Amino acid sequence: MLQMQNVTKAYRTDLLETHALREFSLEVEKGEFVAVMGPSGSGKTTFLNVAGLLETFDSGSYTLDGQDVSKLDDDARSHVRNHKIGFIFQSFNLIPDLNVFDNVDVPLRYRRMSASERRERITSALDLVGLGSRTRHLPSQLSGGQQQRVAIARALAGDPALLLADEPTGNLDSLMARQVMDLMEQINGMGTTIVMVTHDPELARRAHRNVQVIDGQITDFKPYEPHTATVTPLHSPVATATYG
Amino acid sequence: MYAYDLRLAWHSIRRNPGLSALMVLAIALGIAVCTVTFTVYHAMATNPIPHRSAQLFAVTLDTWDPQEPYDDDNPEHPPTLLTHRDATFLHESKAAPRSLVMYKTGALLLPERAGVKPFETVVRATTHAFFSMFDVPFKYGQGWGDGADLAQEPVVVLSAETNDKVFGGENSVGRTIKLDQTDYRVVGVLEPWAPSPKFHDLNNGMFEDPEDVYLPFSRARALEMPVYGNTNCWKSETQNSYQDFLNSECVWLQMWAELPSAAARDKYQAFLDNYAREQKKAGRMPRPLNNRLYDVAQWLDRNEVVQKDNRVLIGIALLFLGVCLVNVVGLLLAKFLNAATLTGLRRALGASRRDIVRQHMTEVLVLGLAGGLLGLVLAVGGLAGIRSIYNSDWNRDAYQRLTEIDPVVVLVTLALSLIAGAVAGLYPSWRIGRTAPAVYLKTQ
Repeated sequence: MLQMQNVTKAYRTDLLETHALREFSLEVEKGEFVAVMGPSGSGKTTFLNVAGLLETFDSGSYTLDGQDVSKLDDDARSHVRNHKIGFIFQSFNLIPDLNVFDNVDVPLRYRRMSASERRERITSALDLVGLGSRTRHLPSQLSGGQQQRVAIARALAGDPALLLADEPTGNLDSLMARQVMDLMEQINGMGTTIVMVTHDPELARRAHRNVQVIDGQITDFKPYEPHTATVTPLHSPVATATYG
Repeated sequence: MYAYDLRLAWHSIRRNPGLSALMVLAIALGIAVCTVTFTVYHAMATNPIPHRSAQLFAVTLDTWDPQEPYDDDNPEHPPTLLTHRDATFLHESKAAPRSLVMYKTGALLLPERAGVKPFETVVRATTHAFFSMFDVPFKYGQGWGDGADLAQEPVVVLSAETNDKVFGGENSVGRTIKLDQTDYRVVGVLEPWAPSPKFHDLNNGMFEDPEDVYLPFSRARALEMPVYGNTNCWKSETQNSYQDFLNSECVWLQMWAELPSAAARDKYQAFLDNYAREQKKAGRMPRPLNNRLYDVAQWLDRNEVVQKDNRVLIGIALLFLGVCLVNVVGLLLAKFLNAATLTGLRRALGASRRDIVRQHMTEVLVLGLAGGLLGLVLAVGGLAGIRSIYNSDWNRDAYQRLTEIDPVVVLVTLALSLIAGAVAGLYPSWRIGRTAPAVYLKTQ
C-alpha cells in the first residue's frame, strides 16, 4: 500500500538546515495498522505530511497504492489526497460553521459527486461512527469524542485506501480515546490501511505493528504479520475489535 | 460547484461580518463616485440621434476676421454660425438633398383658454425640413411644407408641453394661437421630444429643453423677430435697419444639411469651397479657405459637449475607486489569511489550488456585487443631491436630464463592481491558493 524508499526532507532557512527525514524507508501493507512513535521533533509529523502528500520531499521515492506519487504536480497530489487518503487530526479540524453533514461532505464536494451519492456516503459514514442522528449539529454542540468521530466519518466517506491519523486521541479523555481507538480498529478490520502517529504506548500496542522514528529515521522495524480480527456490525456506535 | 462556492462565500461573510461590511462599503464608495461621474458623462457623451448621425451635417464657413481666428484656443475652427446671406444662399441653392436654416427667438403667447395667463415662449424659427431631418415625432398633425416657407405662412408646430398648457393636451391642429399679436394656425403638435444633448442647437444651452413653438424662418424674418441666441460680429458695419443686419457679416444662423452618402458629402464640400472662392473674389471671406461639415458626433465633439473637466473627473473617480480597491485588497488578504487554517484543511481534504482560488474569487465577487448595489443606492442619493443643489428654474430640466441613471449606467455599474471585485480579489485568492496545506494545519 505504502512504500517509501530513502526519502529525505530538510527544512531550510538562510541560516539553518534541519533534516526532518533522513533516508527514511517504510513499507506498509494493505490492511495493516501501523503506529509510528517517537519523541517530539523526531520527524513523525513530517513523515505523515509527506505520506499524505501535504508536503513534498527532497529525494527518494514514494509509491502509494501502486502509483508512484514522488513527482506529481500540485493538482495531481490534490487528486490523490482526495481519492486515496483520509486524514484524522489531533484537533479534529472540523469547520466550525458547517454542520456535521456538511463537514463530512467537504472531501466529497471536490470529487464532483452527485448529490444523491454524496448523501448516501455521508449517511453511511455517520451511521458507522454512530452519529447518524446528529447531522444538523454544529461541531460546537458536540463533545470532543463526537467531533473526532465526525472527523473519522469525513475521512471514511471517500472510501480511502490509506487513513493517516495524527495523534487522533491526543485531545480526548481516556474513555473517549478508547472509543475512538475501538472505532479505528473496526475500520481497519474492514480493510482500510491505517498509519497512526502517537506518543501513547498503550494506543500503539493496539496497532499491528509499531515503528520508532528518531532523528528522521526508522530505528525499530518489524515486518508485518497479518492478524485476524473479529469486527462488530458497521452500524454499531462504538465497535470493538479483538486482535489475536 | 458554483452553488457550493456561493454557500461557502455566505459562510465566510457571516464569519467576519464587520470586515465584510467594511469591504462592501469601500467598494460601494468607489462605485458610487464612479457611477455619479459616469452618469453625468454618459448623459453628455450620448449621441442623441445615432441612426442619422452620419448623414446630418452642421454647415460652417470661415467668414471671420482675417486678423484673428474665431476661436483663439482652436484657431482651426470656423464659426459655428453663418451669416444670413450665406445661410440663405446655401439653403436656397438646394445643393443638399435636404437642408434647414434656423435660429432661436421668442414671443409672448396669448392663450384663448380661460384661466391660462399669457406667457413667454421660446420659439425656433426654422425651415420645413427641420422635423423630417431630425426625426421629430408628432402627436397630432405634421410640420408645414415648403410652400409655407415660401409664402411666410403664419403656421406653428407646438411642443407637447405647450399644447398641454394652451389646449389641455387636446388635438389642437387647425386651431389658432396668438403670438405677439399675430394669429398662427396650429399644423402640428409634437410628442414629448427632448434630445439630450440638444445637438441641433448647442449654442443655447446644450442640455436645456427644446423650444415651445416652431414657426417658419421666413415668417420670423419677415416679422423681424429678435435673435435669442448668439449674434457674433467681427466687422465694423453700420446697421440702421433689419435689412442692414441681414446683409452684415454678423453670424447668427444655424444650418444643417442632410448628405446621405460619402459622395454626397464630398460633392457638397466642393460646392461650399467653390461658393467661398466666389465670395473671396467678391471681396468677402478674407481668411484661408476653411469650410467644414460636421456630422452629429463630430459636432458634439467640436462644441466640447463633454468638456475636458469631465474626462479629468472620470480619471479622478477611477483613481478613487483604485484607492478603495487597494484597501479592499489589504482587507481581503487579512481576511483570507485569517481563515488560512480552513483553507489548508480543504487543501488536505482534496481541494485543488483552482478550487481554492475559485471559492475565494466567488466570495470576492459576491462582496463586489453587494458593493455595487450599495454603490448604486449611494449614487442615486448623490445624484439627487446634485439635483437639489442646482434646482433653479432655468436649469432644473437640464440637471434632471444629466443626473438620471439609465439602464446602461446600471449595467455598467454592476459590471464595474464585478470587475472591481475580481481585480481586488485576484491577488489575495491566488496567494491563498498557493499556500501549502501542511503549514496551516500545523498551527492547529
